[in-house]
Amino acid sequence: MSGLEELYKEIILDHYRNPRHRGELDCPPALKSEGFNPLCGDEVSLTFEVEDGSIKQLLIAGQGCSISQASASMMAAAVQGTSIDEVRDLTRKFKAMMSIHEEEMSASDHESISVTSLTLGDLEALKGVVKFPVRIKCATLSWNTLLTGLDDLEA
Amino acid sequence: MTLPSDLKDRFPLLSQIINGHQIVYLDSAASSQKPDSVIDAMNKYYRTINANVHRGAYEIAAQATEEMEQARKRIASFIGCTSSNEIVFTKNATESFNLIARSWGGNNLSQGDAVLISDMEHHANIVPWQILSAEKGFEIRWLPLTPEGLLDLSHLDRLLDGVKMVSITAMSNVLGTLNPVAEIAERAHSAGALVAVDGSQYVPHLPTDVQELNADLLCFTGHKMCGPTGIGVLWGREEILDSMPPFLGGGEMILDVRRDGFTPNELPHKFEAGTPPIAEIIGLGAAVDFLSSLGMDNIRHHEVTLTDYALRSLKDRYGEELVIHGPTDPSQRGGVLSLQYSDIHPHDLSQVLDQQGICIRAGHHCAKPLMRELGVGATSRASFYLYNTEADVDALVDSLELAGELFSV
Repeated sequence: MSGLEELYKEIILDHYRNPRHRGELDCPPALKSEGFNPLCGDEVSLTFEVEDGSIKQLLIAGQGCSISQASASMMAAAVQGTSIDEVRDLTRKFKAMMSIHEEEMSASDHESISVTSLTLGDLEALKGVVKFPVRIKCATLSWNTLLTGLDDLEA
Repeated sequence: MTLPSDLKDRFPLLSQIINGHQIVYLDSAASSQKPDSVIDAMNKYYRTINANVHRGAYEIAAQATEEMEQARKRIASFIGCTSSNEIVFTKNATESFNLIARSWGGNNLSQGDAVLISDMEHHANIVPWQILSAEKGFEIRWLPLTPEGLLDLSHLDRLLDGVKMVSITAMSNVLGTLNPVAEIAERAHSAGALVAVDGSQYVPHLPTDVQELNADLLCFTGHKMCGPTGIGVLWGREEILDSMPPFLGGGEMILDVRRDGFTPNELPHKFEAGTPPIAEIIGLGAAVDFLSSLGMDNIRHHEVTLTDYALRSLKDRYGEELVIHGPTDPSQRGGVLSLQYSDIHPHDLSQVLDQQGICIRAGHHCAKPLMRELGVGATSRASFYLYNTEADVDALVDSLELAGELFSV
């Protein structure tokens, strides 16, 4: 069972079984961003409303494995009412935990570009995914989908 | 006759230790393992006769050409084809379908025409038609499935109206369903259509005779039948292949090139542009020798027995908690089991099994239209081949128990 308990922590299974913030907002006025993981067929569809530079509300639809669904659920819980800058910062922190470092970002930069003291909180439970490289894409799917949506918004 | 009990010993990979367990390989529908004889044949080519083929008058070039063309003859006879001119080497079954669509379809399909495929096709037999249809404007029709996962032929004759090509799989890579290709071909021919068959899951597992299949074109791939990757086959009736324009252009596929044009080579070289995958062709030749030495009837018998054992063991242990898609009668299906265990996502299931050295596939199996028909995003798929044993099935059955504990089923 090497590492399996580490991967499938209770809180992850809880978010998988009881996902938070499920559903879809009407588009428009809400924005929509969709992501796919062609490897395993995971699909995530985010609808979110932005007001005064913050995510007012975000709902998640789609289907996938426990890791992708739990990560999406935890992300949704973390970003409600959060400013876009803070969301981007949180995304960087989450991806760094997944051992994904954007090119321009070294460990020391990481601190200086932090605009917030936001911590990963429950999201730390997903740390075990790093030991299973094929699952990192599952964990980051909803985050990348949100980033794409925010990029489209600001483009 | 039964297969030798020590078959696993001939596949070096099957003695590997994965995550502390001797590997249990249950993903041959994705790619089979390779016996020593195939690996040795490819090594021997590189070590002793490596040279380009169909050019060069020196000894090893002649030997390489001879070995490759001998392999072509043996592959032809493996599928009951008498002329090796009808065996075109491609990269894989996907390329074979792209060749058919681009060359035959490009020449024969236009607005008002239709191609009939089915709801259980692999993307390889969907997307090439969609790409061409976007250019040519012909219609793509879909043969539906029955609830049990068989092709629903009740409206076949109506669906065939105006169809120029029926392109269907002989065996589903998700459901395991064996399709009545000969019957469909007869009705398609009466309606004036040609028939192309996806043999990727069929040719490796059942005795194949293109005359009995009654098809006009057949695509299959080497790596699912104990051969190497990078080599596929397109078989076609000679008069049809003759009527088709070249697919890729370049070396090998021409007789003459002038400033004002070119003259294509004879079959099968007309469709084989560039230096072919020589070692892979020789490897596939060794693979069909290996399969023939075991006997395809025996391989089929072994897999029916194993599938029957697996279906019964899984049902006995897990009952209604476990859904197995596709036909329930082992004689109507191949050894491909798509599973859904309670609400455990296939990706999670395969992860738990991997920790016990068991390799199964999780995902949509390149058959997304079928996944939508089944109402699922993905399935877990265990698939068997000649080297699998009842002990492998037992390992699969036992391992689900652990997944159930972890996910509190």
